Amino acid sequence: MKLPPPSPPTAPLRPDLSAIADLVEAGWRVLDLGCGDGALLEFLRDHKAVRGRGIELSEKGMLACVHRGLSVRQGNLQEGLADYPDQSFDAVILSQTLPFLDDPAMVLNEMLRVGRTAIVSFSNWGHWRCRLELLFTGRIPIAVDLPQQWHESPRRQLFSVTDFARFCRQIDIRIDRQIYMNHGIRIRTGRFKNLLSTTAVFTLHRGN
Amino acid sequence: MSIDSAGTVVTQFFTFAEEEPFGLESGESLGPVTLAYETYGTLNSDRSNGILVCHALSGSAHAAGWLDGDSDKPGWWEDCIGPGKAFDTDRFFVLCSNVIGSCYGSTGPASIDPKTGKPYGLNFPVVTVGDMVRAQVRLLNHLGIDRLLCVAGGSMGGMQVLEWAAHHPARTRAAIPIATTAHHSPMLIAFSEVGRQAIYADPAWHQGAYYDQTQKPDAGLALARMIGHITYLSEESMQLKFGRRLQGIEKYGYEFETEFEVESYLKYNGLKFTRRFDANSYLYVTKAMDYFDLKQPTGSLAATFAGAADLKFLVISFTSDWLYPSYHSKQLVSALTAANIDVTYLDVKSSWGHDAFLLEVETMTHLLGSFLERLVREEQIAVPAPLGASQRGSSTTLQSTRLADNLA
Repeated sequence: MKLPPPSPPTAPLRPDLSAIADLVEAGWRVLDLGCGDGALLEFLRDHKAVRGRGIELSEKGMLACVHRGLSVRQGNLQEGLADYPDQSFDAVILSQTLPFLDDPAMVLNEMLRVGRTAIVSFSNWGHWRCRLELLFTGRIPIAVDLPQQWHESPRRQLFSVTDFARFCRQIDIRIDRQIYMNHGIRIRTGRFKNLLSTTAVFTLHRGN
Repeated sequence: MSIDSAGTVVTQFFTFAEEEPFGLESGESLGPVTLAYETYGTLNSDRSNGILVCHALSGSAHAAGWLDGDSDKPGWWEDCIGPGKAFDTDRFFVLCSNVIGSCYGSTGPASIDPKTGKPYGLNFPVVTVGDMVRAQVRLLNHLGIDRLLCVAGGSMGGMQVLEWAAHHPARTRAAIPIATTAHHSPMLIAFSEVGRQAIYADPAWHQGAYYDQTQKPDAGLALARMIGHITYLSEESMQLKFGRRLQGIEKYGYEFETEFEVESYLKYNGLKFTRRFDANSYLYVTKAMDYFDLKQPTGSLAATFAGAADLKFLVISFTSDWLYPSYHSKQLVSALTAANIDVTYLDVKSSWGHDAFLLEVETMTHLLGSFLERLVREEQIAVPAPLGASQRGSSTTLQSTRLADNLA
């Protein structure tokens, strides 16, 4: 009957979300796809005066978002994205969700239809530990930042930073700003991005 | 009396259209028009903390508290309206009025027609949800409220909410349509019609002119209500509530008496309904719902809500509601999104069918409370901070806080 207790003092953002937040400019209109408990949208609202919207599938996540005072719709990404008019956001965010998508090209294209910029973060299976794991144990590697066994649901498809870059070229999407992280810490990678990073955060734009 | 109740409340009355009749969508007119209404809480100095709650088919203005101090008569949304509840009457001014066409004090078919000095019966003009809401607009004008904080309601109450948002968007900051539709479906019209046919078929109905008769069309009205109750439940909630349990007997009697609990429930509720509701009002109010279609006149819901761009929406549906299935709410949410309107939507997991909007109190309290908190912040509404549970510990504390508020 009574309202739930107020949310605890803001916990630090997950490292990839904090990197995403750095790529968002003050006052932007932002759509967060699969926004979970709304931690990123709340941070962007409170620190960057962002006008945010979210789409989230789980009731638990939805209730947490509403409790944070966010504007969030329940639904899956596909049906959610389709409703938005063209270019209605400055940025559309997809964090740690790419490996779970049935049709990543459709989602990325939709993100760039609805938003001027797309921001994605994903775990990199090209990291040297993953390579060694396959080589020495013969087992399919577990991504460092996505510790989930192959049989656990939701099922996901493995890919690396290099795979993603090639894929973006194929579907005429340009990768602009790039942040690479290793175990949550931002790193300078030089030529060895794919070898050294456990998670990558990119801004994407329509090619040309 | 519980301390988290709005306490003893009284129904008030507002009469308008005494000189100039109130024009209706049908082209007919009505006058004078009386609205029964109740209010809970205090209007703030800039009159910005008003919340209008709209009732469903058989509801009344009595949404919260105890009427005449009688604890057997709690309001229909008692669980959500009161001090410290979702619609916190320590902070908000909550208002509920009985719709025109109904029989709880607002002008309806059982009211006296000033032309004849007798009850209107079927001479009462057919009203629409649009007419119900335009009457509420007159009440707001009378109370001096230019802009509500929000309008909220479930089922037919949700239709009124959508009507407010579509056609009177300047009068509210937010809309909370619950378990409802923007577009009454053929299935809903079919259920309405079966209910009406049950009433027409009762010989005591007398073409609606039964008010001076000793026998009322109770059998028809009870049957209409029984059909209604089936649609408010779900297969699962009937399993949970009744199963195949027998009522007051050990084994089958192999006869046409009430044997199963579910039969007894429907019969009891049908009968109970005849003691509180007017058969003609049932005809008029269901008809009003059948006419409800916000897709008209353009055929596009998004176009209907084009003027509501400044409103914030909280849309709620329930997974087991087959009377107003979730996809109706999803279509509404899609249209609002396409019109670039701020909308929060949740399809609440529930077994309770359409009734869930009154039964899922915990989830509703969370959703409504958080959404209102956000409105207070974003719309900069001057309201007292919520009292913590500890401050509400005893009725003495509450009383003295109230007293302090009154003095201030």
